[in-house]
Amino acid sequence: MATIFMPRLRGIAYHLRMPSSESSASAAFSAFAAPQHAVLACIRPDGGAAGTVAAAARLAALAGAPWHAVLVENAATRRLGEAARLAALELLRAAQAQGAVTAVLEGRDAAAAVAAYAVRHGCATVVLARARPAAPWRTPFARRLTRAAAWLDVVEIAAAGPRAAPPAPGAGTQPPAPRRYLAAAGASLATALVALPLLPLLDVANVAMLFLLTVVLVAIRLGRGPAVAATLVGFCALVLAAPRRQYDVSEFKYAVALAVMLAVGLITARLTSDLREQAESATGREARTRALYEFARALSVALMQEQVFDITRRFLARSFDARAALLLPDDAGRLQPPAPEADPQARAPVLSVLDMAAAQWAFDHGAPAGAGSATLPSNPWLYLPLLAPMRSRGVLAVRVPDVAALLVPERRELLDAFAALAAIALERVHYVDVAQDAVVRMEGERLRNSLLAALSHDLRTPLTGLVGLSESLTLSRPRLAAAQLELANALRDEARRMSTLVANLLDMARIQSGGVKLNLQWQVVEETIGSALRACRWQLGARGVATDIPRGLPLVRFDATLLERVLCNLLENAGKYTPPGARVTLAARRDTDELVVAVLDDGPGLPAGREDALFEKFVRGHAESPIAGVGLGLAICRAIVDAHGGRMRAFNLDAGGACFELRLPLGEPPAAPEADLEPEAGPISTQPDPA
Amino acid sequence: MTPDTAAPVALIVEDEPQIRRFVRMALEGEGWQVHQSETLKRGLIDAGTRTPDLIILDLGLPDGDGLQLIRDVRGWSPVPIIVLSARIDEADKITALDAGADDYLTKPFGIGELLARVRAALRRQHKAAGEASARSAFGRVEVDLHKRTVQRDGQPVHLTPTEYKLLTVLIANSGRVVTAPQLLREVWGPSNADNGHYVRIYMGHLRQKLEDDPAQPRHLLTETAVGYRLQP
Repeated sequence: MATIFMPRLRGIAYHLRMPSSESSASAAFSAFAAPQHAVLACIRPDGGAAGTVAAAARLAALAGAPWHAVLVENAATRRLGEAARLAALELLRAAQAQGAVTAVLEGRDAAAAVAAYAVRHGCATVVLARARPAAPWRTPFARRLTRAAAWLDVVEIAAAGPRAAPPAPGAGTQPPAPRRYLAAAGASLATALVALPLLPLLDVANVAMLFLLTVVLVAIRLGRGPAVAATLVGFCALVLAAPRRQYDVSEFKYAVALAVMLAVGLITARLTSDLREQAESATGREARTRALYEFARALSVALMQEQVFDITRRFLARSFDARAALLLPDDAGRLQPPAPEADPQARAPVLSVLDMAAAQWAFDHGAPAGAGSATLPSNPWLYLPLLAPMRSRGVLAVRVPDVAALLVPERRELLDAFAALAAIALERVHYVDVAQDAVVRMEGERLRNSLLAALSHDLRTPLTGLVGLSESLTLSRPRLAAAQLELANALRDEARRMSTLVANLLDMARIQSGGVKLNLQWQVVEETIGSALRACRWQLGARGVATDIPRGLPLVRFDATLLERVLCNLLENAGKYTPPGARVTLAARRDTDELVVAVLDDGPGLPAGREDALFEKFVRGHAESPIAGVGLGLAICRAIVDAHGGRMRAFNLDAGGACFELRLPLGEPPAAPEADLEPEAGPISTQPDPA
Repeated sequence: MTPDTAAPVALIVEDEPQIRRFVRMALEGEGWQVHQSETLKRGLIDAGTRTPDLIILDLGLPDGDGLQLIRDVRGWSPVPIIVLSARIDEADKITALDAGADDYLTKPFGIGELLARVRAALRRQHKAAGEASARSAFGRVEVDLHKRTVQRDGQPVHLTPTEYKLLTVLIANSGRVVTAPQLLREVWGPSNADNGHYVRIYMGHLRQKLEDDPAQPRHLLTETAVGYRLQP
C-alpha cells in the first residue's frame, strides 16, 4: 500500500502533526477539531482566489496545522457563469492536490456557511482574497464573516490580478456583448422611429410607455447591460424628438420617466436572469433524473454481469462523456483488471498497477478514491466503491476528459447514484447466478442419485440371484459329490465377495460425487463395533477377535452405517492379509477431544514406508498380490472418516502387526435421559429388583 | 384341492425370476407350498385369494411400492411379512417395519439367513396365537414377566424401571426387529422422538448387565440404523 500513498504523502507534507496511521484524510482532520487551529482557504468565484490557496497552504505549513479549502455556491455565484465556476472548482482541486480537505458549500449567506464550516472543522484562521463588494452599499465579505464569527482570524490577501469583469448573465447562450449592446440600441432606435412620429397624436407619457416596453423586452432577451443601453438610447431619442415647449415645462417629468425606465429595465433583467437560471437548473435536474431513470430501466433487464458492464459504460459515456470500467473482486477480495475488450471500438480502459492499487483501496475502505476525491486526487481516474446492501460488489472506475467537472456537486451526486444503481444491479445478477447454480446443482444431484440408485439396483439384483442360487446348489438334495460341493462353495464365496466389491464401488462413487448425506446421530461406539463384528465376522475365519473398550466412553456423533462399513473394510483387510492363526483386536479409547478407534493385528504388518499410500484409491500394499481386491477399501474408509471431520492413519506396531486407527472429534453430547439416574453401567446387582 | 393342503402356503412377490427361483427352492425344501407374483397388482390379488401363511415381498416392484401391499394386507391379516430390500437407505426399512412388516433382508442375502427369519416369524405368530408366556428366556437370562424379575445364571439382576421396560418391549417382539423410533415411543413416550441416543445408551446398559461380552452381543443385537432385535 505504501506506493499508493506516495502522492498523497506529498500532498499532506504540510500537516506535520497528522497521525501517519490514519488512512482516511477526513478522519484524520476530524481529529483536529479540538485544537481549533486549522487554516481555511475561502475560494470565491468572483476572482482573486489563486493567491488564497497558496497563502493558506503557506500559513498552514508554518503553523504545522491542517488546512481546508471551501467554495461557496449560491444563486449569486452561479450568476457569474460556468467558466468562473469551473475555474474556482479547478482551484479547489489544486488545493486538494496540495493536501487540503475540500468542500463545496451551499448557502444563500456565504459568510454564515463559511463560519459554520469553520466551527465544524476547527478552523481558526480564514484566508480570503480582498475583494470589493459587488455594490458600494454592500458589506464586504470579510466584514460579514467576522460579524458571523467574531473569534475567527480573517486574513485578507491581495487579489492576484485585476478583478475579472463579471460576465453578463447567460453569457454562454447569448451572442457576445458588443453585438448585444448594438442590438439593444437598435431596438430603441427602431422604437423611436415608430413612436416618435406618433408623438403629436399621443401623450409623451404614452410614447414613453412604448420605450418602456422595448426596455422590458431587451432586458428579457439581452440582459441587464443592454437594457440600460436601450433605456439611455430611448431616453435620448425621446428628449431630442420631444417638442421644446414641453421640454421646458416638464424637465422633471423626463427625469422620472428615465428613472422608471432604468429601474424597470434592471429589475426585469434581474428577474429574467433568475428565472432563466431556475429554468436551466430545472432542465439540468430533469436531464439528470431522466439519465438515472433510463439507466435504472436499462439495468433492470440485465441478467448477466457483462450486460451490467456494457450498460454502465454506455450510460457513463453518454452522460459524462466518460470512459468507465467496472472492476470486480475475485474470491480473495482482490480486484481484477478489466478484461481486454474484443471490440477495439469499445475504448477499453487501461489501468496501471498504481491505478489498480487505488481502486483496491477504494474497494477495501468503501470510500471513493482518485480524481475529485479526498484520497489520491492526482490520479486521473475516479474510483467509486459499488456499495450494495449485502456487501461491496466492486469498484466503478470513471475517467472524464475534464477532471474539474468531477468537483461539481450535481455531477458527483449523479455519478454516485450511477454507482449505487450499478452496485444493486450487480448484486441482483449475483443472486440470479446463485439461484441458477442452486437449480443446476439440485438437478445434477437428482440425476446422480437416480443414476446411482439404478446402477445399484441393476448390479445388486443379479448378484443376489447369484449368491442365492449358488447357495441353493450347496444345499441341494441329494447332496452334491465332494468335488462339485467344493465348486459350489467357491462360487458362493466369490459371489459374496463380488457383492462386497460392488457395494464398495457404489459407496465410493456416492462419496466422491458428494452425494452422501451423513445420517449423524449420537452413537455408542461399542454398539457399532459390535454390529460391525457381527456383520463381518465371517471374513476373519478362524482368527481370534478381541475387543478393548473401556466403560464410560462419551457419545460420538457419526453415521453408524458408514462407520460400520469402515470397520468392516478394516476387518476384511485383516482377514485377507494376516495368517489364519492371527489375532485381531478392536480397541476404542478417548484421547483428549477425540475418540480413537483402532483395528490391530499381530500379522506381518504393512509394507514399510507405504503406510499412507495405502489410503489412495486403487493402491495396494503389493501390486501383484495373489489376494483378491482392487484397493478401494481403505480409500473409502478415509473418505468416510474425512466426511466426519476425522482423521485416519495406519502404522506398524512395535510388537509387530499392523494398526489402522481412526480419530473422530468429540462434540458436545446431548443430555442423557433424566429418568432413573442409576450409576452408569453399574455392576450386576445381587439384590432383588425393587421394581 | 391338492392332497398336500396341510402344507403351509407362502407367497413370493418379487419381479426378479432368479431371486424368485432360489427363494422358492429354499422354501419348498422346507415343505412350503409356494405361490409367486411378479407384480404388486398380482401380489395384492394373490394375498387375498391364496390366504398365505407367509409373504415374502420385494419393496422395489416395477408397478409400485411394496409398502402399499403391507398396508393393505395389515388391514385384514396378521400374516408374517418379510421384506426384501435392495435399497441402501435404512429409512425405507424403518418405514416398512413401522407399516407392519415383520422383518427384512437386505439383498444380497443367504438362504440360511432367509430360513432363520422365516422360522422366527412363524414361531412368533404361533406364540401370539397361543397364550402369552409369563416366563421368557434367552441365553443364560430368564425373565419373569409376572413377578417382574430378571435372573442371569440364576442370580437376580437389578434393572432400573426404564431398562426393564425396554427389555419387555424387546421380549414382546422376540426375534423380530423393533425400530428405534418404536422403542422410543413405547418406552419414553411420543414426546421423545428426537432423542434417539436414549435407546442406544439404555441398550448399552442392558448389554452390560445381560450379555457375556457387551461388545460382541449374542442376544441383544443391533440392526444398524434400523433398530434392535432380541435373538433368543
